Amino acid sequence: MEFHIALSTEEVCSLLAEDPTREILAGGTDFMVEVNFRQKDPSAVIAIDRVPELKQWRHDGDAVSIGSCVTYREIERGPLSTIVPALAQSARTIGSPQIRNVATIGGNLGTASPAGDMIPVLLALDAKVTIRSINGSRDVSIDGLITGVKETSLDDNEFIEAIKVPILKGPQEFLKVGPRNAMVISIASLAMVTDPEQATIAIALGSVTAAPSRAREAEEYIEGFLDWDAMTVSSSVLPNFRRLVGEASSPINDHRSSAAYRTHAVGVLGQRALLRIFESRDDG
Amino acid sequence: MDKDKPSSGYSLSVNDTSHEISKSWLGESLLYVLREKLGLYGSKNACEQGECGSCSVLMDGVLVCSCLVLAANATGRDIKTIESISDDDSLTDVQKAFVDAGAIQCGFCTPGLLITIHDFLETNPEPNVLEIREAISGNLCRCTGYGRIVEAVQIVSKQKSVGKGGSDDSS
Repeated sequence: MEFHIALSTEEVCSLLAEDPTREILAGGTDFMVEVNFRQKDPSAVIAIDRVPELKQWRHDGDAVSIGSCVTYREIERGPLSTIVPALAQSARTIGSPQIRNVATIGGNLGTASPAGDMIPVLLALDAKVTIRSINGSRDVSIDGLITGVKETSLDDNEFIEAIKVPILKGPQEFLKVGPRNAMVISIASLAMVTDPEQATIAIALGSVTAAPSRAREAEEYIEGFLDWDAMTVSSSVLPNFRRLVGEASSPINDHRSSAAYRTHAVGVLGQRALLRIFESRDDG
Repeated sequence: MDKDKPSSGYSLSVNDTSHEISKSWLGESLLYVLREKLGLYGSKNACEQGECGSCSVLMDGVLVCSCLVLAANATGRDIKTIESISDDDSLTDVQKAFVDAGAIQCGFCTPGLLITIHDFLETNPEPNVLEIREAISGNLCRCTGYGRIVEAVQIVSKQKSVGKGGSDDSS
């Protein structure tokens, strides 16, 4: 049994440099399910959940830098909940209190499930992931990190150190569809963030594409119909907007849902998020 | 999978007692060690994927599913299980309320719920129904006796509020 409890990021770097096959353990809520179901037989593990600098977040210019081992609970309930509200909304929908107490933002990215609920929020916010190894650190975008279903661009000797999330002044929303309110793996999810100063809107989809994906055509379309001073949207364009959001998805049929339902649902979520942020106006 | 790899041991602090764990498989969960090596059968094993909350314990005062804790990574941490919920043989206020409200059917989910509710009421002694439901959302009762479980939480909450001379709207 080879098990290491790392106490600093430098220690994680050197343990990975020594033997890149060592596996990283953060909150364990995905890792242990695989172990319990005999899909994983770990032979060497580095636990990083006691590394102080990975458990903290701090302001960094116009952004917050969130350590990879910050828990969903802290994002849901702590000061971050008002700084990045959509991230807090997504954190609150993940698992149960027991899960949120230990599961981490870095783990959600590292697991890279298409149903990872923080991923669309971080993509819509254009967050950057700081990746660390003994050779130094590099920043990648969310879609640069997550390249496919449970696939990342992380090298064996690298780990996720922090996530830099821009602070936007405008309203933001995260919505998801699933069979109940708790302990739900998303059938479809959607994050929408706005920046009234730049008059921009960003929409990202979850559980309906293999890799993280923005609904860019829907964004460009709707931007022409938004009144940023009154925070209203023309009601006549909503059906087109809904359709464009749905068309940005490329879902699969699986045991959780049909592809057709996912496409429909994500369009509905797009409209719902839009109408929570912008009041519908009748242009007559 | 080879569960009998040569291994070194580690120690665990469970209910204020230190235990040396030997002959361990790296992947074994805290729940497995509690039940199969330490004979603490109060934490129940049902789903092994964090869905049901039957194995809930406190680790450094934080409510977790013990099935999702790598046992070796619980070393140096303070583990409290359902066996430590009462200082003596008497029932806690939450246990009494479960009995009074009839919040127990088959009983399998009860230990996990008791740990969860004790933890919850410590941070939120006067919750509303929505808060109660969210707090126990990670504990499945397959007998579906949620109504009486929520009632039990309300009984304790009311007692606590009366006890500290707080607002008593029951008059």
